[in-house]
Order: sequence, then structure tokens, then C-alpha cells
Amino acid sequence: MLSYDFMRNAFAAATIVAIVSGTVGYFLVLRGQTFAGHALAHVGFTGATGAVLISVAPLWGLVAMTLAAGIGMGFMGERLAQRDVAIGLVLALALGLGLLFLHFYTAFATQATALLFGNVLAVDADTIWALLWLGALSLAALAIISRPLLFASLQPELAEAKGVSLRLYSILFLSIVALTTAECAQIVGVLLVFALMVGPAAAAQRLTRGVAMGVLLSALLALLEAWFGIALAYYTDWPSSFWITALSAAVYLVAVLPRPARRLQSEY
Amino acid sequence: MSAAEFRNATLALGGRVVLQGVSLEIGAREFVGVLGPNGSGKTTLMRAILGLVPVDPGMVQVLGRPATRGNAEIGYMPQVRGSVANLQLSGWDFVAGVVDGHRLGLPIAGRKARAEIDRALGLVGAGELSRRPLAELSGGERQRLLLAQTLIGRPRLLLLDEPLISLDPRHQAEVVELVKTLQLELGITVLFSAHELNPLLGAMDRVLYLGNKQAALGTVDEVITGPVLSRLYGFEIDVVRLKGRIFVMSGTHDVEHGAHQHEHNGGHQHAPRRVGAG
Repeated sequence: MLSYDFMRNAFAAATIVAIVSGTVGYFLVLRGQTFAGHALAHVGFTGATGAVLISVAPLWGLVAMTLAAGIGMGFMGERLAQRDVAIGLVLALALGLGLLFLHFYTAFATQATALLFGNVLAVDADTIWALLWLGALSLAALAIISRPLLFASLQPELAEAKGVSLRLYSILFLSIVALTTAECAQIVGVLLVFALMVGPAAAAQRLTRGVAMGVLLSALLALLEAWFGIALAYYTDWPSSFWITALSAAVYLVAVLPRPARRLQSEY
Repeated sequence: MSAAEFRNATLALGGRVVLQGVSLEIGAREFVGVLGPNGSGKTTLMRAILGLVPVDPGMVQVLGRPATRGNAEIGYMPQVRGSVANLQLSGWDFVAGVVDGHRLGLPIAGRKARAEIDRALGLVGAGELSRRPLAELSGGERQRLLLAQTLIGRPRLLLLDEPLISLDPRHQAEVVELVKTLQLELGITVLFSAHELNPLLGAMDRVLYLGNKQAALGTVDEVITGPVLSRLYGFEIDVVRLKGRIFVMSGTHDVEHGAHQHEHNGGHQHAPRRVGAG
């Protein structure tokens, strides 16, 4: 399996992305902002297709668009949470625009599927370097702000009273989420970023009682799900995104099993 | 030196004046119960002390200095929100999230921070229960952890916003007793807001009653009277004393109890979520 270049590339890309999305996802779930991650991915689709249209790599279109949307959402803050209709319409519009851009750029019919559902087997060496730098940037930024971010997530009112700017950390965090979403879309596509960003993190939060342990387990679960997903895709010839989402859902299901069964596992 | 002082202070929230021209002084090492109907400004008053609500005109002094955001000498317990109750995070980690929370860096507690967390947990008698996940704790147990959080950083003034909400009478009495013990042992000032007067009767030195954009501060005998409360409520109030308990009545209706019931229903949304507490 590893004798093929494209398989080695796939594993390398999946490793980078899984570790980053598992870590960032932990805070995303803790803050109850999973929908924001989903929304950013949809907006990213417009960016990616737009980039293809002007002959730029889709990854950079994704990064630019999600980053802009992440910062915008951070500025709007609390108000956004109460506007389901507005978010829903923006999501639909983003996908619709993406479709329009694809319509103009007719050369690649497979491009849409790759963006929407991911195509980790098509990742090249340049993309891996780009993922590595973006991932390192996301993790470094998260490490720097993690303490006040955790404080603001657990006890917003108290954090505000202690001089922590809720809005500032909301903007910074959503920017990090935006970068992570763009990365994640390379592996599982914009529609399925939940599989790597939310599934492992939500499962890890059910199974652990400490923040450090939770972040580590979340990253580890994302890593295993991505690796096994790609390996299973190799042997079955089914899409890797399917296997990753299936594993992500299965792991979460095990984590939320009824109490007696879970007690045994929660001795982490 | 007074712990908190309001000088002719007017506080507004979203354009609506909540308190107008209020002057009062809370002494050091006092236990003050903050009471008043819903929307009378109990939370706004605390947020003004924290420097989160602008005072215009007038001024608010805290421990001899103008109120500013991020004052480390104030411990604050906001009204509990439901989100915390679903977390599998341990109580210890929850309290640890507060230590140096305003500084950048990784949230890893060093030896000094761990000692500070253990001290705070010990003071509220939550050392043992802090190892359990938040979702498995009862409302009263979570309240202890929130109280421990306020003690991080050794504050001289505690602002406790409705710590008794959604607790049954027995747990209410426990929380009041615990806060009173802490106040005396640590020699600190406590502002304790509540919907009902009676649970606080044995603990508080003075009562601060808010209503009708005004405030009355004094002993229970001075403030909890028909004329003073009628002025604060804006309608005729009778004060009925029965077997050491005090009832604030409008006609045949107990106004404090009515308000408490109302809030209690809202507070219940997160109470039943405590899974397997027993």
C-alpha cells in the first residue's frame, strides 16, 4: 500500500490535517460553535471554485474565503447565533455561487465532487507542504491563545470581568477554525468537515475529564479515523471520505453509549 | 476604607436607566444581601463594581480606587448558565480554567497554580468532588465549584450573583452558611444577591434593596419596612413577620416568592440534566 506515491502523500496529508482538526475541534465543540465550522466550510466552497476560475489552487481560495468569513463571524459574535435563517441563506448562497463558478469553468467536472467530498488520494507534494505550514500556523496560534480562550469558553461572564475580551478571542479562534476548515476540506471535502473536526472532538469530550487529555485523545482519534479510513479505501476501493465519516460516526456512537458501558472506558 | 462606594451613580443598560443617582457605601468585611424584584438592577450593580457597566453621571469606587475592568481583588460568580452542566470536564479542570485565565499561553497549571486551586477547593470543601465530571454533579455541588473559582487570586471582595437559584431550601442554607464562614475566616466583603430575604436573614450584616431605580441600604429592621419597600416597589407593600421569617406582601400576594417562582422555572432548564447524581 505504501509503495505508491499517492498513498504516501495521502497518509502524510491526512496526518497533518487530522492532528490539527482534532486539536482545534476540541475547542470548537467545547464552545458550542460546531455549526460555525460547518458554515465556514460551505463558504469555503465559493472561494475554492472561484480560485479555480482564475487559475489559482483551490486551497488558497478556500483559505482566503474561510478566513474572511471567520473574521466576519467573530465580529458579529453572539448576534449570529440567533440568526439561523440568515446563516442558512448565506450557506445556500455560498454553495450556489460555487456552482455558478464551476459552470463557467467547465473543464473539470470532477472538481466539484473533489471539493465537496474530498479526494485525499489526489494530494500532491506541494499541497502537503502548504498543509504543513498552515497546520503549524494554526496550532501555534491556538497554543498562544489557548489559556484565555479556554477561560472565555468555560466562563464567558467571569472572563469578561477579569479583562478578557470575548470578541477578540472569538475572532482569533474563528480565524484558526477557518484555516483548519480549509485544510480539512482537502481530505474530506467541504461538506464532510464535521467528520474530522467535530466527531473525534465530541467523542473525546465524552471520554475524558481533563482538557489536556481531551485534546490529546481528540487528535489521536482524528488521526486513527483518517489513517484507517484511507487504508480501508485502499482495500475496498470505496471513497476514503466515506470510510472516514463512517469511522467518525462509529467512534462517537461508542463514546455516547449508555452509562454502564461507558463507565469502564471513562477511566482515562 | 470602604469595599465599594457609589456616589450619585446612574447606571443604564441599553439606554434604559436601571439605577438613578444612587449613593451608598459598603464597608470592609460586611456581608450584604442584595435584594429586589426582577430587573431592579442587582446584576447591573455588580457589573458596575466590576467596571463592565459605565457609570454616567456619578462614580463607583472599589477598595479605594475607581472601578476598572479586570480588578484582581474582586471575585465574581455570574448567574449560572446551563452550558456548564453538560460537560464531562472534571471540577478541578473547570476551576483551573480561571487561574491566570487572562494571560496568553498554554492552560497548563504549574505547581503554584495547582496549590492555589487546591486551596480554593479546600476552602469550599470540594476537594473530593472536584475529581468528578461537572455533568454528574448536583446543582449544589456545582455551586461549590463556582464559589471556589471566585476565591482564586485571593480577592477581598466577593460578588455572588444569585447563588441560590434552582437550589432546594436545604442546599440554599448550606451555600449561605458556607459563604458566611468564608467571609468571616478570610475577612472579606461579600455582596450576595437573592430573590428571597429569608435564607439570608442569619448571615447578612446589612441588606441592599433595589427597586424603582433606587436603592436602600441598612439593617433588616431599617430597610424591610412597609414605607421603604413601598417606595422601592412603587406600590403598597406590607411586611409581615412570622416566627422569625419575614414576608414582603402586596395585598395577599407574596412578591418575593412570586418572583422567585418565576425565575425558578427558568433555572430548571439545566437542573434535570444532572445525570446519575446519586
